[in-house]
Amino acid sequence: MKAHPHISEQFDAELEQARNLLMEMGGTVEQQLRNACQALTTHDTELVQTVRDAEDRVNQLEIDLDELCVHIIALRQPAATDLRTLIGLMKASTDLERIGDEAERIAKVAKAVSHLPFPDDQYNDIRVMGATTSAMLSKALDVFARVDADQALAVIASDERVDADYDAIVRQRGQQMSEHPAQIERALNVIWAARALERIGDHAKNISEYAVFLAKGEDVRHGNLTAEQTPSD
Amino acid sequence: MSSKMNDNGTPGVGRPNNEGPDSPGTHVNESSIDTRPAVDAGATTASDESTDEISLTVRDLCLYYSGQQALVDVSLNIPKTQVTAFIGPSGCGKSTLLRCFNRMNDLIDGVETTGTIHLDGIDINAKEVDAAQLRRRVGMVFQRPNPFPKTIYENVAYGLRIQGDLQKAEMDERVEWALHNAALWDEVKDRLKESALGLSGGQQQRLVIARAIAVKPSVLLLDEPASALDPISTLKIEELIHQLKKDYTIVIVTHNMQQAARVSDHTAFMYLGELVEFGRTDTVFTNPTESRTEDYITGRYG
Repeated sequence: MKAHPHISEQFDAELEQARNLLMEMGGTVEQQLRNACQALTTHDTELVQTVRDAEDRVNQLEIDLDELCVHIIALRQPAATDLRTLIGLMKASTDLERIGDEAERIAKVAKAVSHLPFPDDQYNDIRVMGATTSAMLSKALDVFARVDADQALAVIASDERVDADYDAIVRQRGQQMSEHPAQIERALNVIWAARALERIGDHAKNISEYAVFLAKGEDVRHGNLTAEQTPSD
Repeated sequence: MSSKMNDNGTPGVGRPNNEGPDSPGTHVNESSIDTRPAVDAGATTASDESTDEISLTVRDLCLYYSGQQALVDVSLNIPKTQVTAFIGPSGCGKSTLLRCFNRMNDLIDGVETTGTIHLDGIDINAKEVDAAQLRRRVGMVFQRPNPFPKTIYENVAYGLRIQGDLQKAEMDERVEWALHNAALWDEVKDRLKESALGLSGGQQQRLVIARAIAVKPSVLLLDEPASALDPISTLKIEELIHQLKKDYTIVIVTHNMQQAARVSDHTAFMYLGELVEFGRTDTVFTNPTESRTEDYITGRYG
């Protein structure tokens, strides 16, 4: 964000620290998600463990960030951009923490299917959806860091793609289960993983919505988009 | 509100000015008095403001101290029975603007103004408007409490005595009413005959507010009313402002931005004599339109 520095350098330093905590949280969660998807599609149980190990770090970052934000609000009475930044950071960290939880769910699924035979082409659908969702999360973190409202609206719109992937997987895997009862275990687990990815898409969408709030002070949640707020705006 | 003002027999500040006034300042735009829409209030005004009833209308106001310009083309509408806060750094013109509303600047040599100020549709600078009468309708409270070295009772009764004869019973009633409304009655009711100088700073400030409202003004100007008070007294004044806005149009100048945010409905940010932004306080403090406002309220270098 291109804003003038505060007269209090300490205030700038604290806000910067809060932003850095969120970005570290974001990076950790992104890695969790990638590892979880890879663990599932490659039956790599060691990666499952790395996803779990990262949870403590994510939780600690969430606590640290909340504490710092409360400290800044109490001591500095932030207004305008500063206030929106802090509110946005706190809300985004909640979403990131939930994304971490969903990544763990996927890791659990990976563990559950790891004893099955490993035909690689069994996971094409969830691999693609995982990549789409990961990309969406990366973009959401990027627009939040850059406070880019225009691009944020594009990321919000891209959630439809994730939802469509989810619907397709549920449909196809449902069909697979009725035709090949022997494949129910894998198919059901993939549906659960897809469900987690769909939720991660929702959280990434939330983070992009906070970016719009940060930039413009407008709440675009729950379809609260007005005509002039199209991505081309 | 209006009934309250009328029942004390105060004459209006002047007759409707059809006759093109040309007193203290040079007036412009005489033909357009009060015909402009309320939303035309200077800079960025909240659009919902058009529904507010307007007390003070300022148009193209410029003010010079011995040729030095202190206010630059200020236009805004101050809504009736609401609190409007003026914020901005020292020297931005906010106190100067406040003092225009009861013509306190008349007392300073070398002050020249252009533009107009209307109170309830009447040009307050018109020739036939008597400044003393204007000040009866536009009360003012300053940064440091300035009680007279008299009893608590006499401080509140002072303006009423100047204004004319009230019977003793009426006077007692009005003094009690004013002290009640200034949230001071319970603390002083047993010591009305004691010197006002024995009160604490916070009590003195509320006493001065009681004195100001005793004459039932229409507008109350508060110039840093709590800056010399401790936090508890400050909160009492802020609570009092909240109570008083039911009946009075309140304009407050404050350096304490959190105070402006807490007490006001509308906030005007001034800088170097210009009105930079004027809008709903909520909006100004969460999402100001102007980057200069943003820099000021977030404590940044502009």
